[in-house]
Amino acid sequence: MLKQIEGSHAVAEAVGLCRPEVICAYPISPQTHIVEGLGEMVKSGTIARCEFINVESEFAAMSVAIGASAAGARAYTATASQGLLYMAEALFNASGLGLPIVMTVANRAIGAPINIWNDHTDAMSQRDCGWIQLFAEDNQEALDLHIQAFRLAEELSLPVMVCMDGFILTHAYERVDVPTQEQVDAYLPPFVPRQVLDPAAPVSIGAMVGPEAFMEVRYLAHAKQMQALELIPGWAAEFRRAFGREAGGLVRPYRTEDAETVVVALGSVLGTVKDTVDELRDRGVKIGVVGIACFRPWPLEAVRTALATAKRVVVLEKSLAVGVGGIVSTNVRTTLGGRATPIYDVIAGLGGRSITKASLARVFADAIADSLELTTFLDLDRNVVDRVLAHEREVRRSGPIAEAVLKEVGVVAARIG
Amino acid sequence: MFQIRIHGRGGQGVVTAAEMLSVAAFREGRFAQAFPSFGSERTGAPVVAFCRIDDREIRLREPIMEPDALIIQDPTLLHQVDVFAGVPRTAYILINTTRSFDALGVGEFVSGFDAARLCTVPATELALKHLGRPVPNAALLGGFAAVSGRISLESVAAAIRDQFSGKVAEGNVAAASEAYRHVSDEIREAGHA
Repeated sequence: MLKQIEGSHAVAEAVGLCRPEVICAYPISPQTHIVEGLGEMVKSGTIARCEFINVESEFAAMSVAIGASAAGARAYTATASQGLLYMAEALFNASGLGLPIVMTVANRAIGAPINIWNDHTDAMSQRDCGWIQLFAEDNQEALDLHIQAFRLAEELSLPVMVCMDGFILTHAYERVDVPTQEQVDAYLPPFVPRQVLDPAAPVSIGAMVGPEAFMEVRYLAHAKQMQALELIPGWAAEFRRAFGREAGGLVRPYRTEDAETVVVALGSVLGTVKDTVDELRDRGVKIGVVGIACFRPWPLEAVRTALATAKRVVVLEKSLAVGVGGIVSTNVRTTLGGRATPIYDVIAGLGGRSITKASLARVFADAIADSLELTTFLDLDRNVVDRVLAHEREVRRSGPIAEAVLKEVGVVAARIG
Repeated sequence: MFQIRIHGRGGQGVVTAAEMLSVAAFREGRFAQAFPSFGSERTGAPVVAFCRIDDREIRLREPIMEPDALIIQDPTLLHQVDVFAGVPRTAYILINTTRSFDALGVGEFVSGFDAARLCTVPATELALKHLGRPVPNAALLGGFAAVSGRISLESVAAAIRDQFSGKVAEGNVAAASEAYRHVSDEIREAGHA
């Protein structure tokens, strides 16, 4: 059924249709509307046979999800930003134990400086924690990915993170097609756990493993993620047949047929990138884009194939590995190892900075002219940075950096974007 | 694509206005996208919300920097926030006020604009009359329907009833309907002037 609703509510409806049995969450912007919606649905009985557990922190939220999943319940939670970091230890436990929890991450920056706006630093900080990470391009895909995520998680017995851009998607009203309960039931079979804490057939989960077996257990976790790479395209195809639309998969090329320049990006910025690519195509520029739908496991072969004929690659990403540069671009460099193709890394949209078509067109033009620096910060105010650095050189007690930058930037209340 | 930017203050239902507008457009079979400029969620703080309407899927996620229509829910913002940033001369402008563009001190700025696209409506007064609360958002959507002709009053009323129920819904629909008539009359007068 077509609806014009907020992204958060679209996700809440999708999760509800997946018949979760335990939902536990601690509220944090911009995730709050999702769990509020689910709380209402559990209370009203819209979601039957489900317990909504209020917890005192994100660490508790993930711990409850672990316990619930180990007891054989279909478990769900959601978080963002500092909340994801507060779960970090439990995240490794969930994946290390192989528990198929599904979690929404409403992507948001990490402080300090404190910032509630969108970027991908939170999800990227946990990219190696053993969870599958899927990124939604729009609210329809955010909705659809949750349905796929439960299937994927339970088939593989691995936890799945569905990443959607905080505010940009979670707080946007747009058209979504909400499937019927019958459609979702047909795609997502009931949860049959591979391991379960059952008094009738007691097992222990979470053994201490010494040097004699730890490597093997970790290898199996890796092997399972590699296996996911084989299975994800099939499930996405099955989803397309059942629901009549594209969602998920590994990578999604757009206008890359004869593209000399290929942009690699993930999340909601793909929409703005595609509009920019269309305008450049109208002017005869051979440019395309590859959207990364699945970031973990990293779809190395699929990315390599999608970039096979590119003469240059621009990786546009909303995260920064301080001291390195891009994170997605590091993965792309590994993928294209041995090729002379220039890979330009464009860090954009940190802490909610708007990513506009005009800025993208400019940076793509610089890439096409091969005049772009290998690592570029889109719309960085270089003058402000230089003044702050100059002050630091002059004054020993130069003071806190965030405050100095704010002072240099001046009043922003009058700005629109 | 038709792009609307709404300026107001926290507590005036700016974000809800953009959302209801998107629902109204959706009800007419169009694609619509509404989103707020996120930030200080404080009562009284300047707030901006955006709505795009198109006949095809909307992929663009940048803020609306060159709006086709501007709705100003609070005229005290006129000299505090750069509400006219990027507004072209072809734009529709609707201000919640009992005063004129000249009296508000923006007459000079809009001198080259199409007079039939510049409207004021006492939305706060209409909200107080029909709703008993000074929340001008629904009334302004009625006024927007009249000045722009981009959406029908019926769709606006339906979107209001989706968002609210009972007396609040009906009060808002009444305020929107009166604002629609007010702005329609205003345009007619501008045409005769």
